Amino acid sequence: MPTTTTRRLAAAAAAAGLALAAGCTAGGDQSGKGPASGEKQTIEVWHGWSAPHEVKAFQDAVAGFNKAHPNITVKLVNGQTDDRITNAIRGGNPPDVVSSFTTDSVGQWCQSGAWQDLSPRIAKSGLDLNQFPRAVRSYTEYKGTRCAMPLLADAYGLYYNKKLMKGEQPPKTMSELTALARKLTVRSPDGTIKVAGFMPSVQYYEHQVQHLAPQFGVRWLTDDGRANFSGDPAFQAYLKWNKSLIDWYGYDNVKKFLRSMGQEFESSNPFEKGRTAMAVDGEWRTRFIQKEAPGLDYGTAPVPVSDDRASAYGGGFVTGTVIGIPRGARHAPAAWEFVRYLTTDTGALVTFANALGNVPSTIPALSSPGLRLPPQFRTFLDVFKNPNSSTTPPTPNGNDYVVRFEKFTQEEWEPGKVSDLGQALKRLDGEVDDSLKLAGG
Amino acid sequence: MASLSARLPLPGARGGTAAARARRRRRLRILAFLSPWLAGFGLFFVYPLAATVYFSFTRYNLFTLEYVGLDNYAYLLHDRDAWTAMRNTLWLVAVLVPLRVLFGLGAAQLLTRIKRGAGVLRSVLYLPYLVPPVSATVAFVFLLNPGTGPLPALSARLGIPLPDFFNDAAWAKPGLTLLGLWAVGDVMIIMLAALLNVPASLYEAAAIDGAGAWARFRHITLPTVSPVLAFSAVTGVIETLQYFTQPMVAGKVASGRADLPGVQYSPGYPDGSTLTFPQWLYDQGFRQFNMGYACVLALVMFATAMAFTVFLLRRFRAFAGEEAR
Repeated sequence: MPTTTTRRLAAAAAAAGLALAAGCTAGGDQSGKGPASGEKQTIEVWHGWSAPHEVKAFQDAVAGFNKAHPNITVKLVNGQTDDRITNAIRGGNPPDVVSSFTTDSVGQWCQSGAWQDLSPRIAKSGLDLNQFPRAVRSYTEYKGTRCAMPLLADAYGLYYNKKLMKGEQPPKTMSELTALARKLTVRSPDGTIKVAGFMPSVQYYEHQVQHLAPQFGVRWLTDDGRANFSGDPAFQAYLKWNKSLIDWYGYDNVKKFLRSMGQEFESSNPFEKGRTAMAVDGEWRTRFIQKEAPGLDYGTAPVPVSDDRASAYGGGFVTGTVIGIPRGARHAPAAWEFVRYLTTDTGALVTFANALGNVPSTIPALSSPGLRLPPQFRTFLDVFKNPNSSTTPPTPNGNDYVVRFEKFTQEEWEPGKVSDLGQALKRLDGEVDDSLKLAGG
Repeated sequence: MASLSARLPLPGARGGTAAARARRRRRLRILAFLSPWLAGFGLFFVYPLAATVYFSFTRYNLFTLEYVGLDNYAYLLHDRDAWTAMRNTLWLVAVLVPLRVLFGLGAAQLLTRIKRGAGVLRSVLYLPYLVPPVSATVAFVFLLNPGTGPLPALSARLGIPLPDFFNDAAWAKPGLTLLGLWAVGDVMIIMLAALLNVPASLYEAAAIDGAGAWARFRHITLPTVSPVLAFSAVTGVIETLQYFTQPMVAGKVASGRADLPGVQYSPGYPDGSTLTFPQWLYDQGFRQFNMGYACVLALVMFATAMAFTVFLLRRFRAFAGEEAR
């Protein structure tokens, strides 16, 4: 009996182990399978847009593909999230094409093979990747594995309120920005801030570290992919600039101002209300201003750079939507035709960009006469094309290093809790590296 | 039962072999009746628990799996965010759970005394519990926001300034506690049912013996409702250890941030004060794909819940025993 019981237990354990192993490897790669792109078939495309005008924009962009490939029917499924995409791939039943609003997970998707490596298809099609700006090429691949293609993009610039600027020109360097911020700030008799010239805190909506620190020339990671906070003096330069302006306002005044701001995507936004003279924001703010503050007289310019990098003025932070073919896609060749069309066809990109108010992601589309966007949008097209523009590099654990630096800045640096900045940044390096190691980086 | 059936002669049984067969048949019958529950228990408890333990020794990103031994456990020891999340969660367990039980008991006790309008008052106290947690949290943050909320403006006019709930790290957890007390309807309703079940004759006898209000509450009400108190405390602890939605929404709304391409809200605003253990588990598992490490966090949460449950059940048993003596 004991022998039989032991055998049964062993068999059950083996069965459970097999089930577990099967579960872990579900959704095997079928990149080479599926009908040829010339055969009649239907491909399923998951995307995140959900508002009626957004869904229509996607349909309009796809119309050209339908004409070029009448044998391929495209079934669009809107409102899909990264979690759903991952679960579908994990469950072995993914769509043929997936897109994501964030570049954060590209490192994980490329490393794990959740999204197929597109390099062989790109080579076979003879696609020229130089039609994408350098930063865009960098956020769509990880360690040489290109598992994503760019589909529209976002660029960041400086918005300024012309009335509050009182004839001043937008600043080009951080010292000019600081001087102008001080000049344009209006305080109440008790010292609290009525109008902020420029609010440097990372808690001010888009003034996050990844949008401002790059203007100081920071290198987020070393060549071997480790954290670089203590090794790169540009981080200290950024932090010291941030703190000097916060201290000039007074930290308590800054907190009071931040708490009174309301929501970022409502008409109470302080820039739209005239409570800040200058603010860093994405290109989409032009659409919000059109809708929520049509009377606002404003201009846009690239975000200033640190004084020692004056030649880099014109660049900024860029990011964007990505699209790819998931592991296990059933119609991979047709899916590639679709991805190639949507990410490189100027007509499709321009249609899409016009409808969504985003930056088109190829250099030819950026100079298309078909673009119909407000005049202030020109800055973002220029920032996007600028070779000094940068993005945050992908890692196997998304943008964890950015999140940790942001938390450090917000919770320790800005309130003045750090006595030894060098030591604090070394500790931060250690935490980021440990976290990367945890994720297999 | 098995030993009894072995001693009693069963119909048709002939000698030891027949009895053994009958016992086997009886066991199989019992197992057949139990099988739906056993299958569910195995599938939905034993297997996930075993899988969680297994994955906790791996680096698992939902696609690739690598055995890493105790690395995930070692990482937990110096993961500052995990310990911040644990401290916040234990703070909420220590403050929110007892307050909710006391507040629920107090409200129920009050309702048993009120003769007129009790139905309306019951509804008023219960209704907030029916409000979806996301809506309730958003409303609370707006109501208490010093920049946009009417309550701070009103209190300032009255000369009693309110603290800056949800924006001040020192007041964010008390803010969440207020929200929890506002939605105490679930605890109140079971307390009310328990209080209404206390035999009136016991109070009458105690009154004849000269027992005052506190003595009646201490020696009659409390022992009688102690099973319900135990239930509320245990379920409250488990719910609070899994506290996710309210702190996530409160932090996000108070920070004024939205999820944007390339930017995700990091839970815990302000200054990590609303970061709870389940939020950190979610962040590690579903944002950073560290499923192996998330499994370690899940096991810690499971062990903590078990420890609290055993402790509370023992305390309440001791309490009931003391009363019985």
